[in-house]
Amino acid sequence: MDLTIKRISSEKEHQVNLCGDIDAYTGPKVKEAIMTLVESPDVASIVVDLAEVEYMDSTGIGIFIAVMKACKQTGRTFLVQNLSPRVERLFRITGLYELIAIRKGESE
Amino acid sequence: MAQNRPGADAISLKFPSLPDYLGVARLTVSAVAHRLGFSYNEIEDIKLAVGEACSNAVKHAYQRDERAGVIFLDCYVYPNRLVIVVSDEGRGMESESAADQLAPIYAGKDIEELEEGGLGLYLIHALMDEVQIRSESGVSVSMTKYVLRDGVAGDDRTVSEEEV
Repeated sequence: MDLTIKRISSEKEHQVNLCGDIDAYTGPKVKEAIMTLVESPDVASIVVDLAEVEYMDSTGIGIFIAVMKACKQTGRTFLVQNLSPRVERLFRITGLYELIAIRKGESE
Repeated sequence: MAQNRPGADAISLKFPSLPDYLGVARLTVSAVAHRLGFSYNEIEDIKLAVGEACSNAVKHAYQRDERAGVIFLDCYVYPNRLVIVVSDEGRGMESESAADQLAPIYAGKDIEELEEGGLGLYLIHALMDEVQIRSESGVSVSMTKYVLRDGVAGDDRTVSEEEV
């Protein structure tokens, strides 16, 4: 039911791996974790890995839209990768799939 | 499996209007949907629709009240369908916001123009077969999903050969 957030940082980019459910309960933690990176001066590229997100609702869509806006304003790169099938379905139904930058990795 | 008795079997959950319990509501509906024989993806779609309805109730129903209110999740199990009603005793919904929320994000829109909220009702309509929303004293969202057998949603009373 809960959500774990794992950060992997290198010089090139900062990655956030999300595992669990993203809803109105866990959403504020997710938003804070990603926005902290967006607001730090030495971060140019942020990648969010969604392989282990089993449930996401419109709270998650709202978070990604906010992050996309913030990254566009500050000239940062924002990508998502390894969408779980449920997350991909949510992205497609809402139309976010066409707007968000998705990194196609080796696993796809 | 679902019964051949007239009427529906009812399963109800009452929970505080706090985000902490959204997962409990989803798990409840997931367990009920599983009993009707829905596929994994159908169950996940039902969970998402119910999650959105509950989330809307948590956010809006009692927002001007100091204490958390109560949200009701009622599941009605019919042989051919599951009806889920999410209701509250809050302030009701403004019809304007309901209309806004029925559109998806359209590609080609600039990121700056996108709203960060308000996709909940759109998702509920997209994921469920029938949706009825009433807003009087409190909001009630009724959502129906049919169990498709042989590709046809049968009538209540015609289902006679059911595995028990």
